[in-house]
Amino acid sequence: MTATGTYSPAPGAAPLARMITAQAALETKMLLRNGEQLLLTVIIPTLLLVLFSTVDVVDTGGGEAVDFLAPGILALAVMSTAFTGQAIATGFERRYGVLKRLAASPLPRWGLMTAKTLSVLVTEVLQVVLVAAIALALGWSPRGNPFAVLLLLVLGTAAFSGLGLLMAGTLKAEATLAAANLVFLLLLVGGGVVVPLDEFPDAAQSVLGLLPISALSDGLRDVLRHGSGMPWGDLGILAVWTVGGLAAAGKFFRWE
Amino acid sequence: MRSEPVVQVQALVKRYGTKTAVDGLDLVARRGVTAVLGPNGAGKTTTVETCEGYRRPDSGTVRVLGLDPVRQSAALRPRVGVMLQSGGVYSGARADEMLRHVAKLHARPLDVDALIERLGLGSCGRTAYRRLSGGQQQRLALAMAVVGRPELVFLDEPTAGLDPQARRATWDLVRELRADGVSVILTTHYMDEAEQLADDVAIIDAGRVIAQGSPEELCRGGAENTLRFSGRPGLDVAALLKALPADCSASEVAPGSYRVVGRVDPQLLATVTSWCAQHGVMPERISVERHTLEDVFLELTGKELRA
Repeated sequence: MTATGTYSPAPGAAPLARMITAQAALETKMLLRNGEQLLLTVIIPTLLLVLFSTVDVVDTGGGEAVDFLAPGILALAVMSTAFTGQAIATGFERRYGVLKRLAASPLPRWGLMTAKTLSVLVTEVLQVVLVAAIALALGWSPRGNPFAVLLLLVLGTAAFSGLGLLMAGTLKAEATLAAANLVFLLLLVGGGVVVPLDEFPDAAQSVLGLLPISALSDGLRDVLRHGSGMPWGDLGILAVWTVGGLAAAGKFFRWE
Repeated sequence: MRSEPVVQVQALVKRYGTKTAVDGLDLVARRGVTAVLGPNGAGKTTTVETCEGYRRPDSGTVRVLGLDPVRQSAALRPRVGVMLQSGGVYSGARADEMLRHVAKLHARPLDVDALIERLGLGSCGRTAYRRLSGGQQQRLALAMAVVGRPELVFLDEPTAGLDPQARRATWDLVRELRADGVSVILTTHYMDEAEQLADDVAIIDAGRVIAQGSPEELCRGGAENTLRFSGRPGLDVAALLKALPADCSASEVAPGSYRVVGRVDPQLLATVTSWCAQHGVMPERISVERHTLEDVFLELTGKELRA
């Protein structure tokens, strides 16, 4: 075998860190380039924040409306990226053979999932910065323990990722697209994001309070609005969704 | 070197529900270019995808570069390039972007710009994958299969739906890969593709290999060839036949058009022309029709390949 030809074999995987970084960068680029994804992750959350903070549409209780809304919009931002956006993108990657092709590359599957998570986290950082900047401009005065906020955001991300991947890995791409958007809309209304849960009948409240979006927005609100300590109840609900979602996704996810 | 198998499949069985896609298939592919030829639904893609580690055999064993494609996938994947039949690219990605990405997953990739140039992907510009033409998508998939400088590439119907020019370009690349020591396994239902490119052809039908060999061996083996010539009408065909070996047949298919069927070799040709010389006949438009893989396939299976 001569080593002179253009195509002479010289196989080998790139270092893991380089593969994962490259994958995460590409996934993030694809997400930021996609108009529908931007609508979901950037435009809708910021519009809702501005609209509901400045126009008195729903009764958000005493105090500045933005103090009620900002934590809910942060929760919505997490859901839009980790659940809706990730489910739709991954569903179509599965449909178009992207997951299949990458599975034949040197990047291991867990490396691909790590890269997806990194990409979600990078997007969320951008969202949090944007939402916080707008909220602060609207007079938001956040309180509480930043560590508790971080823990809620991370656990919320994990819970929504598990559910998003479960959907993407089991349903058809078109079904995922429809269902993820529908769930986004329903949870936006019924998950304490912009409409306080106590506007709903008591019976509904106890069920709605167990949703991951309610736990996330409620926990964030407890900390950021009221300066509470660790919201253990909400963290517990998110932990249960995380374990259940990731376990089900791990078991039922189909790569093609 | 030529004797060391790159792919070894033994008694492979793969079922989907009640349908048996691969039914006890044996295949040994050595270094060089191996074409897996067969009609749609014969089990080509299932066989190749089992070699790529996508499917677990229901029974039988598969070794690629000596490794188990499922259990030793991590060691095997960097050494193998894969071209899927379709897709495999983010719908919003540009061709060069995706190719550069795949290159980044490998330790010593090819020069991406040179490969883009070589496969004429430069014209894709900033167009998203979903808006590329079918031919451009195929060439990108091919580029992605070779950019990591693999020892072995699997090409699943690499020229399906390509225009003749793009087909030639793909064939040229396969020849260059071979010349540089890369082994290629390609599936195809184009006979001419197998004849042009392959050192070795495995014909698959209904989930089994029904014949394997070089294109020349397959075309020679068993199949009879045809010699045609024109001359004055009404020649004594029975007399001609007496001069020919026993297993030949001869006939006047139309006035002045003669056909000899049998094992056509230089000796037979000499016998026919000297018989003509003895009888004062000038044979015109002499032609020898070699059997093609298409004829071989038809004889073996009784089916048209592109049914």
